[in-house]
Amino acid sequence: MARHVIAPVDELPPGSRKFLEIDGRPIAVFNVKGEFFGLLNRCPHQGAALCEGPLIGLASSSDPGEIEYTKLGEILRCPWHGWEFDIRTGQSYCDPRRFRVRAYPVSVEPGTNVVKGPYVAETIKVAVESDYVVVEL
Amino acid sequence: MNIQIRERPDAAASAGIKTAIADCDIHPARATKDELHPYLAKRWHSHLETFGVHPYQGMMEGPPYPKAQPNASRRDAYPPEGGPQGSSLSFMQKQHLDPNNVALGVLNPLNTGQGIRNQDLAGAICSAINDWQIEKWTAKDSRLKGSVVVANEDGVSAAAEIRKRAGDKNFVQVLLLSRNVEPLGQRRYWPIYEAAQEAGLPIGVHAFGFGGNPITASGWPSYYIEEMVGHSQCQQTALASLVLEGVFERFPKLKMVMVEAGFGWAPSLAWRLDKVFARLHAEVPHLKRKPSEYIRDHIWWTTQPMEDPESRDHLFQTIEWIGWDRLLFATDYPHWDYDEPSRVLPAGVSDANRQAFYLDNAKQLYGMA
Ligand code: FES
Repeated sequence: MARHVIAPVDELPPGSRKFLEIDGRPIAVFNVKGEFFGLLNRCPHQGAALCEGPLIGLASSSDPGEIEYTKLGEILRCPWHGWEFDIRTGQSYCDPRRFRVRAYPVSVEPGTNVVKGPYVAETIKVAVESDYVVVEL
Repeated sequence: MNIQIRERPDAAASAGIKTAIADCDIHPARATKDELHPYLAKRWHSHLETFGVHPYQGMMEGPPYPKAQPNASRRDAYPPEGGPQGSSLSFMQKQHLDPNNVALGVLNPLNTGQGIRNQDLAGAICSAINDWQIEKWTAKDSRLKGSVVVANEDGVSAAAEIRKRAGDKNFVQVLLLSRNVEPLGQRRYWPIYEAAQEAGLPIGVHAFGFGGNPITASGWPSYYIEEMVGHSQCQQTALASLVLEGVFERFPKLKMVMVEAGFGWAPSLAWRLDKVFARLHAEVPHLKRKPSEYIRDHIWWTTQPMEDPESRDHLFQTIEWIGWDRLLFATDYPHWDYDEPSRVLPAGVSDANRQAFYLDNAKQLYGMA
């Protein structure tokens, strides 16, 4: 697995993201509150440059009228159709097509009952080595 | 805090598509508030400053529901030089027209004079938008063609604007919206149909509008998602009205395009209309044929939003009923519900049908074959 140094840590402060191409693959690296995450910059739905989207939280609800907003700043929303992905795992939270027919049973997780969709955005391992951000690809 | 290291990323890579396509629903936007000034009489500059515009419905500061993304648009479609999504020709070319191999792009401007109560002002803004489409878009890129926008609630001035543009190759259709003051088949709109038929221009009926009526048939709903599906209800009302009022009897050469309201509902609407027509035709004796026959003969459908059922057979059955020769591919660029051309059609479509779907139907309808 090749390691690619992409930036000194100072150049990627919390809240920032960097877009790059490594081995012909579009990659984005995020600094979310001091933690680094890398994703393939292509949405598994229709192929948008996923990482152009905003980082938001996850709205979930156990009952109509009860709304919880968690994972603040950790959910990446696609700039096109707004599908939401967990930046830690790349897991999609909503598959609009299946959502309607509820083909996926609702799993109750701590603080959420959101249905995870089958789509997973590709995540890339990121490390900080003596103050450089390094992507493994 | 949301610092971007690269502030303005390059145009989002599109997977691209090899064959040339027509995109029958592109939304050009104005870069600045004043961009129409050169096309508006001075009298209206000061009018706009002093009195503003008065639409048929409240919530004047914006659309009745906030959209899912800013300006209801893709977040990656802000032009690098600034301005809202869809306001830069060069960026549209780079992000959409070139990589997606768009051979024909039909412009459907929104936020025009349609829906403004002062009919003189409505007519002036619509006419300005038409001049602006030529100067800013169609004269600069021959792939793009405009839609004649008209002050639709004033049939007489609307017809005059259509006649003014008749024969101008910059335009390929007349644009109406589905939410109007009254259902679209009513007589006040007939001068528009007469002029369009005379000019040989199809009429695009785009979902949306500011007619002042609630967004659903039973009032104002709570959520934007309800507005999204409300578009198809509204389009059904418009289509039923067009058929039942006898518009296609009176204007037998009129062609209409249902833009951005889906098409999966078309068969069931037609079946229902035919069924009640069998019992109630005495009420509408001006109809010589079954409602479904008018729909099949006079209506084309743009594909965005494509219905996306679990089974692609259901989609194909619906299309069989509508006809592969009746669908016009559309992306809705730069809006957020954009359809990516290379990803939208399921596998299993014959080459001939694909070709019709992506390009030939549009070229034929818009007289470019
Ligand atoms: S392309 Fe990302 S949600 Fe559709």
